[in-house]
Amino acid sequence: MASITLRNVDKVYAGGVQAVRNVSLDVADGELVVLVGPSGCGKSTLLRMIAGLESITGGEIRIGERRVNELEPAERDIAMVFQNYALYPHMTVFDNLAYGLRNRGVPRAEIDRRVDEAARLLEIEPFLARKPRALSGGQRQRVAMGRAIVREPQAFLFDEPLSNLDAKLRNQMRIEIRQLQRRLGTTSVYVTHDQLEAMTLADLLVVMNKGEVEQVGPPLDVYERPASVFVAGFIGAPAMNLIEAKAVNGRLTAGSGALDLPAPAGVDTVRVGVRPEHLHFGSADGAGLTLGLTVDAIEPVGAETYLHGHLDGSPRTTLIVRVAGKSLIPPGTRIDTHAAAGDVHLFDIATGKRLPD
Amino acid sequence: MIERSHLGNVLAHLILIIGVVIICFPVYVAVIGSTHDATTIANGNMPLVPGGHFLENYYRILFEGTKSTTREPVATMLLNSLIMAMMIAVGKIAISLLSAYAIVYFRFRFRMVAFWVIFITLMLPVEVRIYPTYKVIADLHMLDTYTGLTLPLIASATATLLFRQFFMTVPDELVEASKIDGAGPVKFFFDTLLPLSRTTMAALFVILFIYGWNQYLWPILITTRDDMQTIVIGIKKMLAVVDALTEWQLVMATAVLAMLPPVVVVVAMQNLFIKGLTETEK
Ligand SMILES: Nc1ncnc2c1ncn2[C@@H]1O[C@H](COP(=O)(O)OP(=O)(O)OP(=O)(O)O)[C@@H](O)[C@H]1O
Ligand SMILES: [Mg+2]
Repeated sequence: MASITLRNVDKVYAGGVQAVRNVSLDVADGELVVLVGPSGCGKSTLLRMIAGLESITGGEIRIGERRVNELEPAERDIAMVFQNYALYPHMTVFDNLAYGLRNRGVPRAEIDRRVDEAARLLEIEPFLARKPRALSGGQRQRVAMGRAIVREPQAFLFDEPLSNLDAKLRNQMRIEIRQLQRRLGTTSVYVTHDQLEAMTLADLLVVMNKGEVEQVGPPLDVYERPASVFVAGFIGAPAMNLIEAKAVNGRLTAGSGALDLPAPAGVDTVRVGVRPEHLHFGSADGAGLTLGLTVDAIEPVGAETYLHGHLDGSPRTTLIVRVAGKSLIPPGTRIDTHAAAGDVHLFDIATGKRLPD
Repeated sequence: MIERSHLGNVLAHLILIIGVVIICFPVYVAVIGSTHDATTIANGNMPLVPGGHFLENYYRILFEGTKSTTREPVATMLLNSLIMAMMIAVGKIAISLLSAYAIVYFRFRFRMVAFWVIFITLMLPVEVRIYPTYKVIADLHMLDTYTGLTLPLIASATATLLFRQFFMTVPDELVEASKIDGAGPVKFFFDTLLPLSRTTMAALFVILFIYGWNQYLWPILITTRDDMQTIVIGIKKMLAVVDALTEWQLVMATAVLAMLPPVVVVVAMQNLFIKGLTETEK
């Protein structure tokens, strides 16, 4: 096992596209790091640079104590799980698992032992003699995992390994991957654009945007203290409510009403963020945020209900309130909501960065 | 499926049967002709029922040869044709595979130029460049050799385009997985790409084997010795008899023999061949 260190890593593709910009990251030994971000933000590019499948334009990548910039993928001692699994279609499951070991000259008995062990761990023993074509998506996914495990590498790299599975299987495999990674204690980098997957898997969450790292931290820290408007909007579903507010006489106002919040010193406008589950019915008594809104639509999802509405005096500022259980509020109703001061996030309008509390 | 009318069914089968008869009749006549003696056919009445000289005719043609200009027995010619067709088919597949591999998987300067140069060879079949090619082969003292016979026919990457097309449908992730699994370019080629190309190769082999088997112009130029003749030329020479009767029963027997190897190849490769043309294993 080994740590992975990225120092000021850049990637510029041949066409001049800067896919990754000045990324520095420390992945501790045995840790599972999740790279998350919208499509095209450079997650795969970064992962492939760690794997050695893309050249590194600038900066340095270390796996363990070794600088790997100039090493071939095979020399980096990593294993990768691809989105489409990339199993060798003409080889049996056994050969798929054994291939990398044979190429490395691992003795026959050792190969058999490792493949058997991995097959038992992943419950793919019955399929060892089959070709990948004769497996279901979930089984292929396991074989792809098996191919990574038998290598006993320094690190696992996952590029959206679950996105070809249906929702139920995805949840199950997510839990299995987590358990497996804990059990083996192998340092892992996991790429996904699914923020739920990211939240539940990560020891350390890395939110990327347009090739740059927006925020690094344990998932709950990122959730509770997003470092920018981008992270606030990206992590959490439904997304955080974001309201543009003005400072009037030292208090914040938005739309036609006061927010009942003191304005931070020295700013005229500010972006106020509050999560849908932190908005409660009724007005604030004392310190906190008050929001008046009109419900436009209700979205019952079973265990909870999302009320979609808009801010008083500002039809374009849409808001979401999350209510436990069913809600009987009809569309068109005007309601008062409030949030505790500690649940309110303030961001700079121009830079999008979080303002110091 | 739409319910077919009985009449439609009968009509369809009738048309198919007529087609089969039209194609098979000449073959039938040849087979029958090869079982009679020389005088029966020379009389001008083409028999339609088998005669009694089957073994005699085939033995003579295979191991003794005709009385006319081609004194070589057909066995030698069959062997020559077989060697030529095999060398052409295997040779073309080999260089096409390699050139397609280079063009699809390696980034090098003038890659597209290389591709177009290969592509242009398709527009210059042997017939077009026959004089310079003959000169080159003659100067290299390769007349009457198998190399001289096959090399110019191999030297066009007919199948490069096909393999290129096929390679481009192989997911990039397979190459990447191979790289991570420690397989270099040569290993990836033999361990993954070749097995995946199996059906494509089989389809091409059938086509190219028949192409090679049926070569006429080039072998006739390049072979002067009787023991280097191919069967297609052998048949032609048997017909050109100056002072005697054409031994039609032997010509027929030779024609039947000449047909067999391509048929065997097609039948043996049929499954792979059809797979190669219709499905991909990915
Ligand atoms: N080979 C390439 N040549 C040029 N540009 C590329 C290449 N590969 C990716 N890019 C560009 O680099 C940027 C990052 O791509 P990347 O594949 O890393 O995104 P991603 O975050 O993995 O997105 P997704 O979630 O859709 O997989 C994109 O703008 C993409 O268009
Ligand atoms: Mg990607």
